[in-house]
Amino acid sequence: MTGLDVAVLGFGLLMLAAAVAVVTTKQLVHAALWLVVSFAALAACYLLLTAEIVAWVQVLIYVGAIVVLLLFGIMLTRSPTGPSSDVDTRNRWPARTVALAVGALLASTAIGPFWSTYLPLSASSAGSAKVLGTALFRFWVLPFELLSLLLLAALVAAVVLTRAKTGRSDRPVLARSSSGRGPAIGAGRR
Amino acid sequence: MGRLHLRYDMMAVLTIGIRLAAVLTGFLVLPLLVGQLEHKAMAHMQARLGPMEAGRFHGWAQLVADGVKFVQKEHVLPDRADRAMFSLAPALALLPYLVILVVIPLGPSLLGVDLDAGLLFVLAAMGVSVLGAVMAGWASGNKYAQLGGMRSAAQLMAYELPLVLVAGSVAMAAGTLSLPGIVAAWSLWWLGWQGIGAVVFFTAGLAELHRPPFDMPVADSEIIMGPYTEYTGLRFAFFLLAEYAGIVVLCALTATLFLGGWRGPYEQQLGWLWMLLKTFALSFVVIWMRATYPRLRADQLQQLAWKVLVPLALIQTGRDRRGEGGGVRCGYLGPAWCTGC
Repeated sequence: MTGLDVAVLGFGLLMLAAAVAVVTTKQLVHAALWLVVSFAALAACYLLLTAEIVAWVQVLIYVGAIVVLLLFGIMLTRSPTGPSSDVDTRNRWPARTVALAVGALLASTAIGPFWSTYLPLSASSAGSAKVLGTALFRFWVLPFELLSLLLLAALVAAVVLTRAKTGRSDRPVLARSSSGRGPAIGAGRR
Repeated sequence: MGRLHLRYDMMAVLTIGIRLAAVLTGFLVLPLLVGQLEHKAMAHMQARLGPMEAGRFHGWAQLVADGVKFVQKEHVLPDRADRAMFSLAPALALLPYLVILVVIPLGPSLLGVDLDAGLLFVLAAMGVSVLGAVMAGWASGNKYAQLGGMRSAAQLMAYELPLVLVAGSVAMAAGTLSLPGIVAAWSLWWLGWQGIGAVVFFTAGLAELHRPPFDMPVADSEIIMGPYTEYTGLRFAFFLLAEYAGIVVLCALTATLFLGGWRGPYEQQLGWLWMLLKTFALSFVVIWMRATYPRLRADQLQQLAWKVLVPLALIQTGRDRRGEGGGVRCGYLGPAWCTGC
Protein backbone atom coordinates (compact mmCIF):
# COMPACT_ATOMS: atom_id res chain seq x y z
CA MET A 1 0.00 0.00 0.00
CA THR A 2 1.62 3.20 -1.15
CA GLY A 3 1.06 6.74 0.05
CA LEU A 4 -1.13 7.32 -2.98
CA ASP A 5 -3.41 4.42 -2.01
CA VAL A 6 -3.76 5.82 1.48
CA ALA A 7 -4.58 9.27 0.13
CA VAL A 8 -7.20 7.98 -2.32
CA LEU A 9 -8.73 5.86 0.42
CA GLY A 10 -8.72 8.79 2.84
CA PHE A 11 -10.48 11.11 0.39
CA GLY A 12 -12.91 8.31 -0.43
CA LEU A 13 -13.82 7.92 3.24
CA LEU A 14 -14.15 11.70 3.58
CA MET A 15 -16.48 11.70 0.59
CA LEU A 16 -18.56 8.91 2.11
CA ALA A 17 -18.75 10.62 5.51
CA ALA A 18 -19.78 13.91 3.91
CA ALA A 19 -22.42 12.12 1.86
CA VAL A 20 -23.85 10.53 5.01
CA ALA A 21 -23.86 13.96 6.64
CA VAL A 22 -25.82 15.33 3.66
CA VAL A 23 -28.74 13.03 4.35
CA THR A 24 -28.60 13.05 8.14
CA THR A 25 -28.25 16.77 8.93
CA LYS A 26 -31.38 18.61 10.06
CA GLN A 27 -30.42 21.84 8.32
CA LEU A 28 -30.95 21.98 4.61
CA VAL A 29 -28.22 24.51 3.98
CA HIS A 30 -25.74 22.34 5.86
CA ALA A 31 -26.77 19.46 3.64
CA ALA A 32 -25.89 21.54 0.57
CA LEU A 33 -22.53 22.46 2.08
CA TRP A 34 -21.71 18.88 3.03
CA LEU A 35 -22.40 18.14 -0.60
CA VAL A 36 -19.61 20.60 -1.43
CA VAL A 37 -17.22 18.66 0.81
CA SER A 38 -18.29 15.42 -0.83
CA PHE A 39 -17.79 16.80 -4.36
CA ALA A 40 -14.44 18.30 -3.41
CA ALA A 41 -13.23 14.98 -1.97
CA LEU A 42 -14.29 13.25 -5.18
CA ALA A 43 -12.38 15.85 -7.21
CA ALA A 44 -9.32 15.18 -5.04
CA CYS A 45 -9.64 11.45 -5.80
CA TYR A 46 -9.80 12.20 -9.54
CA LEU A 47 -6.74 14.39 -9.19
CA LEU A 48 -4.76 11.71 -7.38
CA LEU A 49 -5.68 9.26 -10.14
CA THR A 50 -4.23 11.80 -12.66
CA ALA A 51 -7.66 12.62 -14.14
CA GLU A 52 -6.86 16.31 -13.86
CA ILE A 53 -9.42 17.65 -16.28
CA VAL A 54 -12.29 15.61 -14.82
CA ALA A 55 -11.37 16.94 -11.39
CA TRP A 56 -11.54 20.60 -12.43
CA VAL A 57 -14.75 20.08 -14.36
CA GLN A 58 -16.18 18.40 -11.26
CA VAL A 59 -15.41 21.49 -9.19
CA LEU A 60 -16.52 23.93 -11.90
CA ILE A 61 -19.88 22.31 -12.60
CA TYR A 62 -20.88 20.75 -9.30
CA VAL A 63 -19.41 23.05 -6.66
CA GLY A 64 -19.51 26.25 -8.71
CA ALA A 65 -22.90 25.84 -10.37
CA ILE A 66 -25.07 22.98 -9.07
CA VAL A 67 -24.56 23.66 -5.36
CA VAL A 68 -25.03 27.40 -5.87
CA LEU A 69 -28.29 26.63 -7.66
CA LEU A 70 -29.35 24.35 -4.78
CA LEU A 71 -28.49 27.04 -2.23
CA PHE A 72 -30.44 29.59 -4.26
CA GLY A 73 -33.46 27.29 -4.25
CA ILE A 74 -33.21 26.69 -0.50
CA MET A 75 -32.80 30.37 0.29
CA LEU A 76 -35.76 31.23 -1.90
CA THR A 77 -38.13 28.87 -0.11
CA ARG A 78 -36.91 28.51 3.51
CA SER A 79 -36.53 30.87 6.42
CA PRO A 80 -33.03 31.81 7.65
CA THR A 81 -30.81 29.65 9.81
CA GLY A 82 -31.92 26.91 12.18
CA PRO A 83 -32.98 23.29 11.82
CA SER A 84 -36.00 22.41 9.69
CA SER A 85 -38.53 20.10 11.34
CA ASP A 86 -39.89 18.65 8.12
CA VAL A 87 -36.74 17.14 6.65
CA ASP A 88 -37.36 13.73 8.26
CA THR A 89 -39.73 11.44 6.46
CA ARG A 90 -41.75 8.51 7.81
CA ASN A 91 -40.62 6.44 4.86
CA ARG A 92 -37.18 6.26 6.33
CA TRP A 93 -36.71 2.51 6.05
CA PRO A 94 -38.00 2.09 2.49
CA ALA A 95 -35.82 5.05 1.50
CA ARG A 96 -32.77 3.43 3.08
CA THR A 97 -33.47 0.15 1.34
CA VAL A 98 -33.85 1.79 -2.05
CA ALA A 99 -30.74 3.91 -1.54
CA LEU A 100 -28.66 0.89 -0.54
CA ALA A 101 -29.97 -1.13 -3.47
CA VAL A 102 -29.17 1.64 -5.95
CA GLY A 103 -25.74 2.06 -4.39
CA ALA A 104 -25.04 -1.65 -4.64
CA LEU A 105 -26.23 -1.72 -8.27
CA LEU A 106 -24.01 1.21 -9.27
CA ALA A 107 -21.04 -0.18 -7.35
CA SER A 108 -21.39 -3.58 -8.98
CA THR A 109 -21.61 -2.10 -12.49
CA ALA A 110 -18.54 0.02 -11.80
CA ILE A 111 -16.51 -2.68 -10.08
CA GLY A 112 -17.53 -5.67 -12.21
CA PRO A 113 -16.10 -4.75 -15.63
CA PHE A 114 -13.09 -2.85 -14.30
CA TRP A 115 -12.06 -5.20 -11.50
CA SER A 116 -8.91 -6.33 -13.26
CA THR A 117 -8.23 -3.21 -15.36
CA TYR A 118 -5.01 -1.50 -14.39
CA LEU A 119 -3.64 1.80 -15.58
CA PRO A 120 -0.04 2.72 -14.75
CA LEU A 121 -0.35 6.07 -13.03
CA SER A 122 3.31 6.99 -12.91
CA ALA A 123 3.93 7.53 -16.64
CA SER A 124 0.34 8.16 -17.60
CA SER A 125 -1.16 11.11 -19.38
CA ALA A 126 -4.53 9.39 -19.57
CA GLY A 127 -6.23 12.26 -17.78
CA SER A 128 -4.75 15.09 -19.84
CA ALA A 129 -6.98 17.33 -21.92
CA LYS A 130 -5.69 15.94 -25.21
CA VAL A 131 -6.18 12.26 -24.42
CA LEU A 132 -9.57 12.80 -22.82
CA GLY A 133 -10.79 15.02 -25.65
CA THR A 134 -9.69 12.52 -28.28
CA ALA A 135 -11.42 9.66 -26.48
CA LEU A 136 -14.60 11.65 -25.89
CA PHE A 137 -15.06 13.12 -29.34
CA ARG A 138 -13.67 10.28 -31.41
CA PHE A 139 -14.88 7.10 -29.69
CA TRP A 140 -17.66 8.19 -27.37
CA VAL A 141 -19.42 10.84 -29.44
CA LEU A 142 -22.77 9.07 -29.56
CA PRO A 143 -23.19 8.67 -25.76
CA PHE A 144 -22.03 12.26 -25.39
CA GLU A 145 -24.68 13.55 -27.80
CA LEU A 146 -27.34 11.34 -26.20
CA LEU A 147 -26.53 12.93 -22.84
CA SER A 148 -27.21 16.36 -24.31
CA LEU A 149 -30.58 15.07 -25.52
CA LEU A 150 -31.32 13.89 -21.98
CA LEU A 151 -30.51 17.35 -20.61
CA LEU A 152 -32.71 18.95 -23.27
CA ALA A 153 -35.57 16.67 -22.24
CA ALA A 154 -35.12 17.70 -18.61
CA LEU A 155 -35.13 21.36 -19.65
CA VAL A 156 -38.33 21.01 -21.66
CA ALA A 157 -39.93 19.07 -18.79
CA ALA A 158 -39.08 21.86 -16.35
CA VAL A 159 -40.66 24.46 -18.62
CA VAL A 160 -43.79 22.31 -19.07
CA LEU A 161 -44.11 21.76 -15.30
CA THR A 162 -43.91 25.43 -14.42
CA ARG A 163 -46.29 26.47 -17.19
CA ALA A 164 -48.87 23.82 -16.25
CA LYS A 165 -49.00 25.06 -12.65
CA THR A 166 -49.34 28.75 -13.38
CA GLY A 167 -51.95 27.89 -16.02
CA ARG A 168 -54.42 26.45 -13.51
CA SER A 169 -54.31 29.23 -10.92
CA ASP A 170 -53.07 32.74 -11.20
CA ARG A 171 -50.94 32.49 -8.05
CA PRO A 172 -47.23 31.99 -8.52
CA VAL A 173 -45.96 28.49 -7.70
CA LEU A 174 -43.69 29.71 -4.92
CA ALA A 175 -46.47 31.03 -2.73
CA ARG A 176 -48.10 27.60 -2.52
CA SER A 177 -45.02 25.54 -1.77
CA SER A 178 -43.54 24.88 1.68
CA SER A 179 -45.25 23.59 4.76
CA GLY A 180 -46.92 26.54 6.39
CA ARG A 181 -43.66 28.25 7.26
CA GLY A 182 -43.63 29.96 3.92
CA PRO A 183 -40.83 31.73 2.18
CA ALA A 184 -39.05 34.04 4.56
CA ILE A 185 -38.98 37.00 2.29
CA GLY A 186 -41.74 38.41 0.21
CA ALA A 187 -44.41 35.89 1.19
CA GLY A 188 -46.20 38.20 3.59
CA ARG A 189 -46.54 40.89 1.02
CA ARG A 190 -48.39 38.83 -1.57
CA MET B 1 23.67 8.45 -6.28
CA GLY B 2 21.21 8.53 -3.44
CA ARG B 3 22.73 11.68 -2.09
CA LEU B 4 22.49 13.29 -5.52
CA HIS B 5 18.79 12.43 -5.67
CA LEU B 6 18.31 13.90 -2.23
CA ARG B 7 20.00 17.12 -3.28
CA TYR B 8 17.80 17.20 -6.39
CA ASP B 9 14.69 16.87 -4.26
CA MET B 10 15.89 19.55 -1.88
CA MET B 11 16.44 21.88 -4.82
CA ALA B 12 12.97 21.13 -6.17
CA VAL B 13 11.36 21.76 -2.78
CA LEU B 14 13.34 24.98 -2.39
CA THR B 15 12.31 26.20 -5.85
CA ILE B 16 8.66 25.46 -5.16
CA GLY B 17 8.93 27.17 -1.78
CA ILE B 18 10.44 30.31 -3.32
CA ARG B 19 7.77 30.38 -6.02
CA LEU B 20 4.96 29.98 -3.52
CA ALA B 21 6.44 32.70 -1.30
CA ALA B 22 6.59 35.01 -4.33
CA VAL B 23 2.95 34.24 -5.16
CA LEU B 24 1.93 34.91 -1.55
CA THR B 25 3.76 38.24 -1.60
CA GLY B 26 2.02 39.18 -4.83
CA PHE B 27 -1.29 38.14 -3.31
CA LEU B 28 -0.74 40.43 -0.34
CA VAL B 29 0.71 43.42 -2.22
CA LEU B 30 -1.15 43.64 -5.55
CA PRO B 31 -4.69 43.97 -4.09
CA LEU B 32 -3.47 46.77 -1.85
CA LEU B 33 -1.98 48.57 -4.84
CA VAL B 34 -5.28 48.25 -6.68
CA GLY B 35 -7.11 49.48 -3.59
CA GLN B 36 -4.90 52.53 -3.32
CA LEU B 37 -5.29 53.14 -7.05
CA GLU B 38 -9.04 53.04 -6.55
CA HIS B 39 -8.88 55.52 -3.66
CA LYS B 40 -6.86 58.02 -5.65
CA ALA B 41 -8.23 57.51 -9.19
CA MET B 42 -11.85 57.66 -8.07
CA ALA B 43 -11.14 60.69 -5.91
CA HIS B 44 -9.63 62.59 -8.82
CA MET B 45 -12.47 61.56 -11.14
CA GLN B 46 -14.86 63.07 -8.60
CA ALA B 47 -12.72 66.22 -8.13
CA ARG B 48 -11.55 65.17 -4.64
CA LEU B 49 -8.08 64.46 -3.34
CA GLY B 50 -8.68 61.11 -1.64
CA PRO B 51 -6.54 60.03 1.33
CA MET B 52 -3.74 62.54 1.92
CA GLU B 53 -2.67 62.07 5.57
CA ALA B 54 -1.54 58.51 6.28
CA GLY B 55 2.14 58.02 5.42
CA ARG B 56 2.51 61.74 4.67
CA PHE B 57 3.05 61.38 0.89
CA HIS B 58 -0.37 61.41 -0.82
CA GLY B 59 -1.79 59.01 1.75
CA TRP B 60 0.12 55.98 0.48
CA ALA B 61 -0.26 54.16 3.81
CA GLN B 62 -4.03 54.59 4.02
CA LEU B 63 -4.78 50.90 3.44
CA VAL B 64 -2.13 49.83 5.95
CA ALA B 65 -3.82 52.08 8.49
CA ASP B 66 -7.19 50.58 7.52
CA GLY B 67 -5.77 47.11 8.10
CA VAL B 68 -4.52 48.07 11.57
CA LYS B 69 -7.95 49.50 12.35
CA PHE B 70 -9.71 46.31 11.19
CA VAL B 71 -7.46 44.15 13.39
CA GLN B 72 -8.36 46.18 16.47
CA LYS B 73 -12.10 45.90 15.94
CA GLU B 74 -14.29 43.47 17.83
CA HIS B 75 -15.62 40.29 16.24
CA VAL B 76 -19.40 40.41 16.45
CA LEU B 77 -21.30 37.17 16.09
CA PRO B 78 -25.03 37.77 15.58
CA ASP B 79 -27.44 35.80 17.78
CA ARG B 80 -29.18 34.08 14.92
CA ALA B 81 -26.02 33.44 12.93
CA ASP B 82 -24.86 29.97 12.02
CA ARG B 83 -21.60 29.98 13.98
CA ALA B 84 -19.40 27.62 11.93
CA MET B 85 -20.55 28.83 8.52
CA PHE B 86 -20.32 32.47 9.57
CA SER B 87 -16.63 32.15 10.45
CA LEU B 88 -15.77 29.87 7.55
CA ALA B 89 -17.28 32.03 4.79
CA PRO B 90 -14.56 34.75 4.61
CA ALA B 91 -11.86 32.12 4.14
CA LEU B 92 -13.88 30.42 1.42
CA ALA B 93 -14.26 33.76 -0.37
CA LEU B 94 -10.58 34.68 -0.14
CA LEU B 95 -8.55 31.48 -0.58
CA PRO B 96 -9.59 30.58 -4.16
CA TYR B 97 -8.00 33.80 -5.45
CA LEU B 98 -4.72 32.96 -3.71
CA VAL B 99 -4.82 29.52 -5.35
CA ILE B 100 -5.55 31.04 -8.77
CA LEU B 101 -2.53 33.34 -8.58
CA VAL B 102 -0.35 30.23 -8.38
CA VAL B 103 -1.11 29.28 -11.99
CA ILE B 104 -1.17 32.74 -13.66
CA PRO B 105 2.07 33.24 -15.61
CA LEU B 106 4.00 36.47 -15.12
CA GLY B 107 6.56 35.49 -17.75
CA PRO B 108 7.49 32.49 -19.92
CA SER B 109 8.90 30.67 -16.90
CA LEU B 110 7.77 33.04 -14.16
CA LEU B 111 4.83 31.17 -12.71
CA GLY B 112 3.99 28.99 -9.72
CA VAL B 113 2.84 25.85 -11.53
CA ASP B 114 2.06 25.05 -15.18
CA LEU B 115 -1.12 22.99 -15.10
CA ASP B 116 -2.22 21.05 -18.18
CA ALA B 117 -5.79 22.25 -17.62
CA GLY B 118 -4.91 25.57 -15.96
CA LEU B 119 -7.79 27.45 -17.60
CA LEU B 120 -10.41 25.05 -16.24
CA PHE B 121 -8.74 25.16 -12.83
CA VAL B 122 -8.96 28.95 -12.74
CA LEU B 123 -12.62 29.03 -13.77
CA ALA B 124 -13.48 26.38 -11.17
CA ALA B 125 -11.76 28.29 -8.38
CA MET B 126 -13.50 31.54 -9.34
CA GLY B 127 -16.86 29.78 -9.01
CA VAL B 128 -15.96 28.47 -5.55
CA SER B 129 -15.20 31.97 -4.32
CA VAL B 130 -18.77 33.13 -4.97
CA LEU B 131 -19.92 30.28 -2.75
CA GLY B 132 -18.28 32.20 0.11
CA ALA B 133 -20.57 35.20 -0.44
CA VAL B 134 -23.64 32.97 -0.69
CA MET B 135 -22.66 31.17 2.53
CA ALA B 136 -22.04 34.46 4.33
CA GLY B 137 -25.42 35.73 3.23
CA TRP B 138 -27.16 32.69 4.61
CA ALA B 139 -25.17 32.26 7.81
CA SER B 140 -25.64 35.84 9.05
CA GLY B 141 -29.28 35.26 9.95
CA ASN B 142 -30.14 38.69 8.63
CA LYS B 143 -32.66 39.39 5.90
CA TYR B 144 -30.53 41.94 4.10
CA ALA B 145 -27.63 39.52 4.13
CA GLN B 146 -29.88 36.76 2.84
CA LEU B 147 -31.17 38.95 0.03
CA GLY B 148 -27.60 39.74 -0.90
CA GLY B 149 -26.63 36.08 -0.84
CA MET B 150 -29.54 35.17 -3.10
CA ARG B 151 -28.71 37.96 -5.48
CA SER B 152 -25.10 36.87 -5.74
CA ALA B 153 -26.17 33.27 -6.37
CA ALA B 154 -28.55 34.37 -9.14
CA GLN B 155 -25.86 36.57 -10.63
CA LEU B 156 -23.30 33.77 -10.60
CA MET B 157 -25.71 31.40 -12.35
CA ALA B 158 -26.30 33.93 -15.12
CA TYR B 159 -22.74 35.09 -15.75
CA GLU B 160 -20.86 31.81 -15.35
CA LEU B 161 -22.12 30.57 -18.71
CA PRO B 162 -20.78 33.35 -21.00
CA LEU B 163 -17.54 33.38 -18.99
CA VAL B 164 -16.91 29.69 -19.59
CA LEU B 165 -18.03 29.89 -23.24
CA VAL B 166 -15.58 32.61 -24.25
CA ALA B 167 -12.81 31.00 -22.20
CA GLY B 168 -13.50 27.90 -24.29
CA SER B 169 -13.20 30.01 -27.43
CA VAL B 170 -9.70 31.13 -26.44
CA ALA B 171 -8.72 27.58 -25.55
CA MET B 172 -9.86 26.42 -29.00
CA ALA B 173 -7.94 29.22 -30.68
CA ALA B 174 -4.75 28.36 -28.83
CA GLY B 175 -5.27 24.61 -28.99
CA THR B 176 -4.40 24.21 -25.32
CA LEU B 177 -5.87 24.70 -21.86
CA SER B 178 -2.57 25.62 -20.24
CA LEU B 179 -2.26 29.34 -19.46
CA PRO B 180 1.40 29.74 -20.52
CA GLY B 181 0.51 27.74 -23.64
CA ILE B 182 -2.29 30.17 -24.49
CA VAL B 183 0.01 33.18 -24.09
CA ALA B 184 2.66 31.50 -26.24
CA ALA B 185 0.08 30.87 -29.00
CA TRP B 186 -1.24 34.45 -28.84
CA SER B 187 -0.58 36.86 -31.68
CA LEU B 188 -1.61 40.43 -32.33
CA TRP B 189 -4.56 39.79 -34.66
CA TRP B 190 -6.30 37.88 -31.85
CA LEU B 191 -7.27 41.33 -30.55
CA GLY B 192 -9.78 41.54 -33.41
CA TRP B 193 -10.57 37.85 -33.67
CA GLN B 194 -11.18 37.31 -29.95
CA GLY B 195 -12.24 40.90 -29.27
CA ILE B 196 -15.89 40.08 -28.55
CA GLY B 197 -14.73 37.29 -26.27
CA ALA B 198 -12.48 39.68 -24.36
CA VAL B 199 -15.34 42.11 -23.70
CA VAL B 200 -17.71 39.30 -22.68
CA PHE B 201 -15.10 37.72 -20.39
CA PHE B 202 -14.24 41.00 -18.68
CA THR B 203 -17.89 41.99 -18.22
CA ALA B 204 -18.98 38.60 -16.91
CA GLY B 205 -15.96 38.53 -14.61
CA LEU B 206 -16.91 41.93 -13.19
CA ALA B 207 -20.38 40.58 -12.50
CA GLU B 208 -18.92 37.57 -10.68
CA LEU B 209 -16.85 39.88 -8.51
CA HIS B 210 -19.91 42.04 -7.69
CA ARG B 211 -18.10 45.13 -8.88
CA PRO B 212 -20.10 48.17 -9.96
CA PRO B 213 -22.18 48.41 -12.13
CA PHE B 214 -22.94 44.78 -11.20
CA ASP B 215 -22.88 45.35 -7.43
CA MET B 216 -26.55 44.67 -6.77
CA PRO B 217 -25.72 41.81 -4.33
CA VAL B 218 -23.81 44.21 -2.08
CA ALA B 219 -25.68 47.41 -2.95
CA ASP B 220 -24.75 49.51 0.07
CA SER B 221 -27.57 52.02 -0.37
CA GLU B 222 -30.38 49.44 -0.47
CA ILE B 223 -29.27 46.26 1.32
CA ILE B 224 -26.30 47.67 3.25
CA MET B 225 -23.46 45.52 1.80
CA GLY B 226 -25.68 42.44 1.44
CA PRO B 227 -23.87 39.28 2.59
CA TYR B 228 -21.31 41.30 4.53
CA THR B 229 -23.83 43.30 6.60
CA GLU B 230 -23.10 41.47 9.85
CA TYR B 231 -19.35 41.15 9.43
CA THR B 232 -16.91 43.23 11.44
CA GLY B 233 -13.18 43.58 11.97
CA LEU B 234 -10.79 41.16 10.34
CA ARG B 235 -13.48 38.99 8.76
CA PHE B 236 -14.93 41.99 6.94
CA ALA B 237 -11.41 42.94 5.90
CA PHE B 238 -11.03 39.45 4.41
CA PHE B 239 -14.08 40.02 2.24
CA LEU B 240 -12.71 43.37 1.11
CA LEU B 241 -9.34 41.79 0.38
CA ALA B 242 -11.15 39.07 -1.58
CA GLU B 243 -12.83 41.74 -3.70
CA TYR B 244 -9.53 43.41 -4.60
CA ALA B 245 -7.72 40.11 -5.05
CA GLY B 246 -10.60 39.21 -7.36
CA ILE B 247 -9.96 42.36 -9.41
CA VAL B 248 -6.28 41.45 -9.70
CA VAL B 249 -7.13 37.88 -10.72
CA LEU B 250 -9.76 38.92 -13.26
CA CYS B 251 -7.52 41.54 -14.85
CA ALA B 252 -4.52 39.22 -14.90
CA LEU B 253 -6.67 36.49 -16.48
CA THR B 254 -8.10 38.83 -19.12
CA ALA B 255 -4.57 40.01 -19.89
CA THR B 256 -3.34 36.41 -20.10
CA LEU B 257 -6.16 35.09 -22.28
CA PHE B 258 -6.93 38.03 -24.54
CA LEU B 259 -4.12 40.59 -24.38
CA GLY B 260 -1.17 38.28 -24.67
CA GLY B 261 0.10 38.30 -21.09
CA TRP B 262 3.86 38.79 -21.08
CA ARG B 263 4.07 39.36 -24.87
CA GLY B 264 5.53 42.68 -25.96
CA PRO B 265 8.84 44.28 -26.96
CA TYR B 266 11.84 42.59 -25.28
CA GLU B 267 9.52 39.97 -23.87
CA GLN B 268 12.39 37.77 -22.72
CA GLN B 269 13.65 40.42 -20.33
CA LEU B 270 10.62 42.63 -19.75
CA GLY B 271 7.78 40.09 -19.99
CA TRP B 272 6.80 40.48 -16.33
CA LEU B 273 6.58 44.24 -16.79
CA TRP B 274 4.17 43.97 -19.74
CA MET B 275 2.03 41.53 -17.82
CA LEU B 276 1.86 43.83 -14.78
CA LEU B 277 1.19 46.89 -16.97
CA LYS B 278 -1.68 45.14 -18.77
CA THR B 279 -3.10 43.95 -15.45
CA PHE B 280 -3.01 47.42 -13.93
CA ALA B 281 -4.41 49.08 -17.06
CA LEU B 282 -7.39 46.72 -16.83
CA SER B 283 -7.68 47.37 -13.08
CA PHE B 284 -7.93 51.04 -13.90
CA VAL B 285 -10.80 50.26 -16.27
CA VAL B 286 -12.54 48.38 -13.42
CA ILE B 287 -12.22 51.45 -11.20
CA TRP B 288 -13.27 53.75 -14.03
CA MET B 289 -16.46 51.70 -14.51
CA ARG B 290 -17.26 52.09 -10.82
CA ALA B 291 -16.98 55.85 -11.03
CA THR B 292 -18.94 56.02 -14.30
CA TYR B 293 -21.91 53.66 -14.45
CA PRO B 294 -24.96 53.49 -12.18
CA ARG B 295 -25.94 50.15 -10.64
CA LEU B 296 -27.97 47.75 -12.79
CA ARG B 297 -31.32 46.47 -11.52
CA ALA B 298 -32.02 42.75 -11.05
CA ASP B 299 -33.94 42.39 -14.32
CA GLN B 300 -31.38 44.46 -16.23
CA LEU B 301 -28.63 42.20 -14.87
CA GLN B 302 -30.38 39.06 -16.04
CA GLN B 303 -31.25 40.58 -19.41
CA LEU B 304 -27.68 41.68 -20.01
CA ALA B 305 -26.44 38.19 -19.20
CA TRP B 306 -28.94 36.11 -21.15
CA LYS B 307 -29.87 38.42 -24.03
CA VAL B 308 -26.54 40.07 -24.72
CA LEU B 309 -23.56 38.22 -23.26
CA VAL B 310 -24.64 34.63 -23.94
CA PRO B 311 -25.50 35.29 -27.63
CA LEU B 312 -22.25 37.24 -28.07
CA ALA B 313 -20.31 34.41 -26.45
CA LEU B 314 -22.00 31.92 -28.78
CA ILE B 315 -21.14 34.07 -31.80
CA GLN B 316 -17.55 34.25 -30.61
CA THR B 317 -17.37 30.48 -30.14
CA GLY B 318 -19.02 29.87 -33.50
CA ARG B 319 -16.45 32.03 -35.26
CA ASP B 320 -13.65 29.66 -34.31
CA ARG B 321 -13.59 27.39 -37.33
CA ARG B 322 -11.29 24.47 -37.72
CA GLY B 323 -9.27 24.65 -40.93
CA GLU B 324 -7.95 21.76 -42.97
CA GLY B 325 -4.47 22.13 -41.58
CA GLY B 326 -5.68 21.25 -38.10
CA GLY B 327 -5.36 24.77 -36.73
CA VAL B 328 -8.35 26.89 -35.82
CA ARG B 329 -9.02 29.72 -38.24
CA CYS B 330 -10.73 32.99 -37.76
CA GLY B 331 -14.24 33.24 -39.15
CA TYR B 332 -13.68 36.86 -40.17
CA LEU B 333 -11.45 36.26 -43.14
CA GLY B 334 -12.64 32.83 -44.14
CA PRO B 335 -10.45 29.94 -45.21
CA ALA B 336 -9.69 31.39 -48.66
CA TRP B 337 -7.92 34.51 -47.40
CA CYS B 338 -6.60 33.16 -44.17
CA THR B 339 -2.97 32.31 -44.69
CA GLY B 340 -1.28 33.67 -41.64
CA CYS B 341 -3.20 31.76 -39.01
